[in-house]
Order: sequence, then structure tokens, then C-alpha cells
Amino acid sequence: MSNEVLNRSRSVDWSLRVYIVLAYAFVFAPIAASFVFSFNSDRFPSIPLGEFSLDWYKAVASDPLVWQGLGNTLGIGIIVGILATLLGFGAAYTDYRYNFFGKQVYLALALLPPTIPVIIMGLAMLAFLSRIDLSGRAVSVIIAHVVICAPFAMAIIRLRLSQMDAALEPAAWNLGASEWAAMRHVIVPFTKPAIFGALFITMAVSFDEFAIAWFVSGLNETLPVKVLGFLQGQVSPRINAIGTFVFVISMALVIVAQVLLSGRAVPNTDAED
Amino acid sequence: MRRPISIYGLTFSMPLLIWQLLFFVFPLGFLVALSFWTVKNFAMRPDFDPVNWVTIYSRPVFWQAYGTTFALAAAAAVLASVLAFPAAYAIAFKLSDRARRWAVFLMVIPFFTSYLVRVYSWQIFLSDAGIVNVLLGKIGLGPFPMLNTVGATMVGYLTLSLPLVILLQLFSLVFIDRTLIEAAHNLRCGRLRTVFEVVIPSARVGLVIAALFCFILTFGDFVSPVYLGGGDPTTLSILITDTTKSGQQWPRAAVIALTMIGTLLIVAFAAVRFAYAGQAKGGKK
Repeated sequence: MSNEVLNRSRSVDWSLRVYIVLAYAFVFAPIAASFVFSFNSDRFPSIPLGEFSLDWYKAVASDPLVWQGLGNTLGIGIIVGILATLLGFGAAYTDYRYNFFGKQVYLALALLPPTIPVIIMGLAMLAFLSRIDLSGRAVSVIIAHVVICAPFAMAIIRLRLSQMDAALEPAAWNLGASEWAAMRHVIVPFTKPAIFGALFITMAVSFDEFAIAWFVSGLNETLPVKVLGFLQGQVSPRINAIGTFVFVISMALVIVAQVLLSGRAVPNTDAED
Repeated sequence: MRRPISIYGLTFSMPLLIWQLLFFVFPLGFLVALSFWTVKNFAMRPDFDPVNWVTIYSRPVFWQAYGTTFALAAAAAVLASVLAFPAAYAIAFKLSDRARRWAVFLMVIPFFTSYLVRVYSWQIFLSDAGIVNVLLGKIGLGPFPMLNTVGATMVGYLTLSLPLVILLQLFSLVFIDRTLIEAAHNLRCGRLRTVFEVVIPSARVGLVIAALFCFILTFGDFVSPVYLGGGDPTTLSILITDTTKSGQQWPRAAVIALTMIGTLLIVAFAAVRFAYAGQAKGGKK
């Protein structure tokens, strides 16, 4: 009897494990396929695979518009990352340190933007920015991306601040440090890993955002908007080559952020002091 | 800790506030004003005319698209929740700590891959001569037309939302008090019954929030309905892009966008109420 129950429960465990594998297979199938087919010679990708080829990478690399898009994406992403991290840091510190009337509203403004559908944000941004003559430029994309990226930076840095001993900052004040000095010598060093983590994560978010950028960028297309163009026009495996390339960049940023956030950086900051 | 806000405090708190007021609140507020503007000879004029609301709301096409979008997003929320739950459950309760950390890390990766590229990749799988049909052909089935169907749209929706739903469910499951489950087992409560009467009620808030996020994401998505669903049936997001990109009918697009925001607010409010009401009842039990 108990043996039977044990067997049954073991088979349930096994089928659950198989289910996990299937779920991950579904999620990773398109990512893996895009990687594989970026090296495949066929114009209309399917199986059996054609020959190994770098043609799609060559086609992409010889397209000046792709390079221009990449330049725009990188430039915009870096500026967005820096601005969003600065704004997010300020908001995280405000939430950590102060209580004030209307704080709920403040936090809603700080955290809600990513939950608004990008298509609506895109339309609202386009209408508003063209009203104040700021649409169709790289700066339009920067403005819109900072709005949706700052909340991520805020969340990451706020999490780090909540790990800090709440007595540290008052201790610095008691020892005669001004608020600014305490910020420089206590808060910033402690949150440094999260600051860099937020910087890379927000850059990665900006690199992949296409909908708002599509609405407001005008002729200053970013790479994801370019991909949208490929998808609308002649469907082409070039998308796979660009996708794989962007994936490698994004993952590099995320892994760097992960290493910074995983806490291994803590002894370092201690050693610095 | 509580001090009056000083220049120091304002230096940190104001930049974000100003930025989000200028570039988040104002654009959304402007959308409201814009919906009352009029368009004459392809030029928009500031106005206070309800004509756009009347035009859009009197079109059967709009209500059809509204019904389709709502039904698709609701179906995606249910489907994603049901499909994600066994995976989240298994990751939370059947894996070692180390394996669970890896599982979480892997599930985060899709957020940093291009959604567009993944959708294009699904075209490779689902097209008439695509991978799935070739495989089916090997066992003597098909080919089935799969691209440009509602099913393909749903695959896209799941691609967009499943990782987030799994992660949110997982986070609500790992915080369940495990002694509750042991108690249920000790009281000879069966496995399945434990899941339905202990695990799901305890994780209820997280499960509802996960479904809500899936609804929000898919309700506004235009990529899957266009590039996997073939643009048919028309969704609200397709209506917005068409209305915005072709011609100067931004005021009408604003009406659609505001209707979507209103719907999302109502759904979010209802979902949160449902989540917490259930929790209070579960507590009393």
C-alpha cells in the first residue's frame, strides 16, 4: 500500500520535472531557433537545415542603415541608462529616507509607467512631443525611455537600500558628517553595486524597446525599430542575425549586472572604506 | 529620521517627480485633451468637440475589435495561468535551492531578448513549410495552416507573458508557509486536494496579480496579432497603430487609447479586489 503511494508520488514528481522542461522548451524554442537559423543559408528557414553560413551577418553588416540604427540604439541606451539610474537613485533614496504627504502618489509616479501598454505610451508621447516640437528626434526616444526605465532603476536601488543597516547614516551624522558627506561616504558606496546593476539593466531595457521608439523616433530609427521594419517588409533571416547580436550584448549587460548585484561586490566596498 | 524636507532632500526627490510629471502625466493628460480636438484637411485643431468619441463609439468595427481584444487577453490570462502553475509549483516545491536559483535566472533571460525576434522565430516554426509542419509531415500528418490564426496569436501572447507569469506565481508560492502543507498532509489531505485547498488559496494574491499582468501585457500588444495572427481579427492595438500611422487621425486614436486605459483600470481594480477579498475569506476559514 505505502509502496504504491510512494510509486505514485514518484511518478507525479517525475511528470512535474518533465513539465518544467517542456515549459522552458517553449520559452527558449524561439530564442534558440533564432540563434541556429542566423547561421543557416536558407532564405526561407525551416528544417532540414541548409548549410552553415555567415551570409546574414554579412548582409546585416553591409547595411549602412543597420549601423546607423545600432549607433542610435547604443547612444540612446547609454544616455537613458545614466539618466534613468540618476532619477531612480533619487527616488529610491527619497522613499528610503523620507515620509511626507502624498508619498503614495510619488511612489505611483515612480513605479507605474511600465504597466501602461507601450502602444498607448507611444501614442501619448508622439502627440505630446510633437506638440512641443520634440518628436522625430533621438532625444524624443531618450525622454520616453527614461520614463519607463527609471522605475526599474528605482526598484533595484531601493532593494539594496533596504538591506542597509538603518543606523549607518544617522551614525555618520552623529560623527559630524554633513548630509552630503554621509551621502558620499555611506549611501553611495553601499549602493554602488545596485547603481551599476540598475545602469546595465536600464540600458538593456532601452536596447530592446521598439514600440514607443517606433512611434516617436521618426527618421532616427533605433535597431529594434529597424527589426520591426524588416518584419513588415520582406521577411528575412537577417532578423535572426540582428537578434542574436543584440541578445549577446543584452546578456553581457545583464550578466555584469547580476554579478554586481549578487553581493560579491560587498566585501569590495568594505575594503575601499 | 523624520526631518523637514531640505534642499538636500529636494535634490534627490525632485528630478524624478519633475520628469514623470512632464513626460508621463502630461502626455497622458494631453491624450484626454487631444481626444476632443478636430481634424480638418489633415490638420489637427484644438477644439472641444465630442465628435471623435461619437464617431469611434458608433462604429461596429470598434466594438468588434474591443470584444476580440478583451476576449483574447482574458483567454491568454487564463491559459498562461493554467499552463504556468504546474511549472511554478514544481520549481517552488520539487527543486533544490540551487536548481531553483538557476530556474529563476533562466526565466529572466527572455526579458532581455527581443520580443520581435522571438515572434519572427515563431513564424519559422508555424509557417506552412515551417518546422512544426515538417515534423508533422514525417509522421504523415498535415500540413496544417497555423500561421495567421488566432492560435498563433495565442502562442505569441504566451511568449510575451509566460515567463512573467511563471516568475510571479513562483514568488508567491515560495513564500507559502510550508508547515501548512505538512499539516494538510498529516491530516491525510490528498496531494491534489492540498494544492486546491491549501496552496492555491495561500498564494491567491500572487496568482491573481500574475494573471492581471498577463492581461495588461496582451491587451496592449500589437506584435503577435499582426505578425502571428495576420492582423485578423483586428485588435484595439492594431486599430491604434493604423489610425495613428495612416493619416492624421490622432484624436480618434486617443479615444481608443483612453478606452483601453479605462478598461485596464477597471480590470486591475476588480482583480485586486478579488485577490484580497478572497484572502480575507481564506483567513477567516
